[in-house]
Amino acid sequence: MATASAAGNQAVMGKALREGIFAGVVAFLMFLLFVGIETYQDINNALVWRTRWGLLAIFVIVAAVGRFVTVAFIKPHIDQRKLNKAKDGLLDVSEKKGFLRRHFLKFALVLLLVYPFLSLLIVGKQGSLKYVDNFGIQILIYVMLAWGLNIVVGLAGLLDLGYVAFYAVGAYSYALLSSHFGFSFWILLPLSGIFAALWGIMLGFPVLRLRGDYLAIVTLAFGEIIRLVLINWTDVTKGTFGIAGIPKATFFGIWSFDTGAPNNFVKAWGLSASSVYYKIFLFYIILALCMLTAYVTIRLRRMPIGRAWEALREDEIACRSLGIDTVTTKLTAFATGAMFGGFAGAFFASRQGFVSPESFVFLESAVILAIVVLGGMGSLTGIAIAAAVMVGGTEILREMSFLKVVFGPDFTPELYRMLLFGLAMVIVMLFKPRGFVGTREPTAFLKERRSVSGSFTKEGHG
Amino acid sequence: MASGTVTMTKDTILKVEHLSMKFGGLMAINDFSFEARRGEITALIGPNGAGKTTVFNCITGFYKPTMGMITLARKNGKELLLERLRDFEINKVGGVARTFQNIRLFSGLTVLENLLVAQHNVLMKASGYTILGLLGLPTYRKAVDASIEKAKYWLDKADLTDRADDPAGDLPYGAQRRLEIARAMCTGPELLCLDEPAAGLNPRESAALNTLLHSIRDEGVSILLIEHDMSVVMEISDHVVVLEYGQKISDGTPDHVKNDPKVIAAYLGVEDDEVDEVIAVELEGGHH
Amino acid sequence: MEYFIQQLINGLTLGSIYGLVAIGYTMVYGIIGMINFAHGDIFMLGGFAALIIFLIITSFFAGIPIALLLIIMMVVGMLVTGLWNWTIERIAYRPLRGSFRLAPLITAIGMSITLSNFIQVTQGPRNKPIPPLVTDVFHLGGLTISLKQILIVVITAILLFAFWYIVNKTPLGRAQRATEQDRKMAALLGVDVDRTISITFIMGAALAAVAGSMYLMYYGVASFNDGFIPGVKAFTAAVLGGIGSLPGAVLGGLLIGLIESLWSAYFSIAYKDVATFAILAFVLIFKPTGILGRPEVEKV
Repeated sequence: MATASAAGNQAVMGKALREGIFAGVVAFLMFLLFVGIETYQDINNALVWRTRWGLLAIFVIVAAVGRFVTVAFIKPHIDQRKLNKAKDGLLDVSEKKGFLRRHFLKFALVLLLVYPFLSLLIVGKQGSLKYVDNFGIQILIYVMLAWGLNIVVGLAGLLDLGYVAFYAVGAYSYALLSSHFGFSFWILLPLSGIFAALWGIMLGFPVLRLRGDYLAIVTLAFGEIIRLVLINWTDVTKGTFGIAGIPKATFFGIWSFDTGAPNNFVKAWGLSASSVYYKIFLFYIILALCMLTAYVTIRLRRMPIGRAWEALREDEIACRSLGIDTVTTKLTAFATGAMFGGFAGAFFASRQGFVSPESFVFLESAVILAIVVLGGMGSLTGIAIAAAVMVGGTEILREMSFLKVVFGPDFTPELYRMLLFGLAMVIVMLFKPRGFVGTREPTAFLKERRSVSGSFTKEGHG
Repeated sequence: MASGTVTMTKDTILKVEHLSMKFGGLMAINDFSFEARRGEITALIGPNGAGKTTVFNCITGFYKPTMGMITLARKNGKELLLERLRDFEINKVGGVARTFQNIRLFSGLTVLENLLVAQHNVLMKASGYTILGLLGLPTYRKAVDASIEKAKYWLDKADLTDRADDPAGDLPYGAQRRLEIARAMCTGPELLCLDEPAAGLNPRESAALNTLLHSIRDEGVSILLIEHDMSVVMEISDHVVVLEYGQKISDGTPDHVKNDPKVIAAYLGVEDDEVDEVIAVELEGGHH
Repeated sequence: MEYFIQQLINGLTLGSIYGLVAIGYTMVYGIIGMINFAHGDIFMLGGFAALIIFLIITSFFAGIPIALLLIIMMVVGMLVTGLWNWTIERIAYRPLRGSFRLAPLITAIGMSITLSNFIQVTQGPRNKPIPPLVTDVFHLGGLTISLKQILIVVITAILLFAFWYIVNKTPLGRAQRATEQDRKMAALLGVDVDRTISITFIMGAALAAVAGSMYLMYYGVASFNDGFIPGVKAFTAAVLGGIGSLPGAVLGGLLIGLIESLWSAYFSIAYKDVATFAILAFVLIFKPTGILGRPEVEKV
């Protein structure tokens, strides 16, 4: 027995060694040109090259050792665990969730509500600008966008790769109407949502009879068309220069956050001047918008329209056979999703004070879609976690100035943000193809509510 | 042979006249006419590739027929031309529900949710197209309660009450078949079209299916079904239409059809004198 | 008239490049039904491989014949890019085959982001210009045709023929077509499905690498974000020609190239990409099967 296992062990080691060497050779050939050679422009602006053997060696070693360790230790370990589980004959029956997990949502909400004050308390006014704005608001914008897209992709199963178009419609509606007509934030916020919804219907009408990947590509095309029009229609949109000087949101018209205004919030409350109050105010607006999105989504899921969306995702033909008008059902999903995109856009414009087509590139759509899928389609909690991890993670990278000590002063961690984001997308999908939360909560029950395992839900054909 | 020009008698629910369907150069259905009577179980049988499912898809709006008329008489006296309705209107306006040969359930929704989705149109109206429902008006609440009652009724009929909160995809095959029928019934149809409901069922499930179908008929719902399994057809149908190569070759009571030499030759593809023997074996409950 | 023909020639050149990239999209979509979003970046990678090879070789052998240089650039580019696509398929796409349908799409988008940022990080964000490689120009009446345009069209024609031959006349091609039709059945009949799919990815990458080298030769510059727009255009070409069809991909590529250059010449350069995307939308809405694609019947 012992000798057999030793022989088996040796075989595994041999295999691991072979595969490790193979991986090293492959990595060497792959990275030889791109990592081993660096191209740069010299003083005469001519392109020249130099070698980076050290860096190449690191890449090759990491690949080889990584593969060796995977084959030699990690894989047998995983197999062993699977085997043990099968032997025990027990699949993990979900034990009673702990107190923290049961009340996770309540804790999260309370934490979010006190978050700005907490950061004020801990890092002070100047320090909390970063935490409220770059982390809080930034993440919540993505949460809202992803929840909006979730209605289209996660519930109705319509793959939309041009969602950013509605974000852009909302942002530009706000930017243009406020700078030309001086409408206030609180009028323009709903208006931007309505405009975006109308655009959703307009774009949705011709494309929604398309299926699957074709729908994805057409929505991508529409997204790009809108961006290109924004770039080229310079008379209205000022092209790539963008629209600057967009008015700030007001405290429901009572107080203003413009420093010069007589009813300035800071003065009215006798606070010392700081932009952090405006940021905190914005934080609560976007938090409220997120809650609205979540509330509407949860309510709609229990309404016939929401059920029809999910049914559409599961089987469109069956829907038609049950008398459900699939075209209007899809359109409502598209329009509802677009509306939330429009809200987020209006908020974005007022927060930045500046919009330009740069903010509405395809990559944004991809990131939002990635958050929806990584979180687990249809699951609000999962999506919020994914947004926090992915957006927050890349923001943290900006902060890691200590890495300069390790990698030298030329090291700029921001450069690696998108690289790591892309890699994270791949890696999360490989390990959790259904996202962080793969189960589905039923919308009605007779005796008890039991989550539906992800293996039963479909992902739609649109 | 019944001709398509006969006027609709009072007890006719569905009349198909001169139906033709062409796919490219292939004539799948060629000048096919038949009638289904109200309150009866009509079976459409024929060898593989005879065009039965195509006829079904024409009736239920998934294909637009190349030629022909499909008239549906509703209980309220209205006559509808089904080929002019859009696909979902066949169910919504026409009151025709159907099931599919390869079961199409919403597998990620629970059994109960499947039955609630089927009541979409009623609930949509009651919810004021979502807007009033969001406000939680009492009329909508009442409609929701009624829809759950209706779902419970059909859960009970289909013997699925115990599994109501399980995902539909988790049910065994026979239960999925029954659920699909229950779901179709929740749309409140006058005509129920079943595409091979007994396919792949074991004898016990098959018997349960027969009971379910009879109870549906007893509620006054007419049934049109496609079936391969002769024992099912002969046992439950009131009226049988036989299709071969897209054309009708026989039409009448099960007994009439069973003894029609044309059917025997087409359906079994053997010499006439061997046929009686084979049918006898079939009727004793063997499959195929 | 001469102006028109001139634009036609420019369009054909550009279209050939799109066509070559489109073949990669069409083959991968045909065989595993996946939009390989990273394919545009594979094309970009091919261009960079050619660029780096060019720099290395010219710095050692200054007087090397241009033809030989081009051949080395393309061949090395094909090998390196093929290896990349093989690896990507092996580690990022294969484990997800047969899983949740959106997973491979998201992975491919992630790969696309990874590849372009990888090049940005390792080679820098700035445009990389190289001196012109092929400068000969022919004058025919008022027309100007450059040798590089002729080269691009001829190379595309040769590669199209070669690949058409492989797919339609060789056992490998038969395995590919069988895998495309029914993966399980093909496996049951002894086709090594994994290997066939791997080879398809390598073939697509090789063509993209050639296209990348030619793009570099034509424009004389490479950039890390060159993958996206040409990638989308090539995908448009594949759809326009009928996804799954090799000649369709090239035909679609040529049409896109022509439309782009004629639109720029007669309407507005600014909106040339809008034209491409609008065509993509129109084709998909009104003739989703494309020009040479097979019609698809909805199964009930």
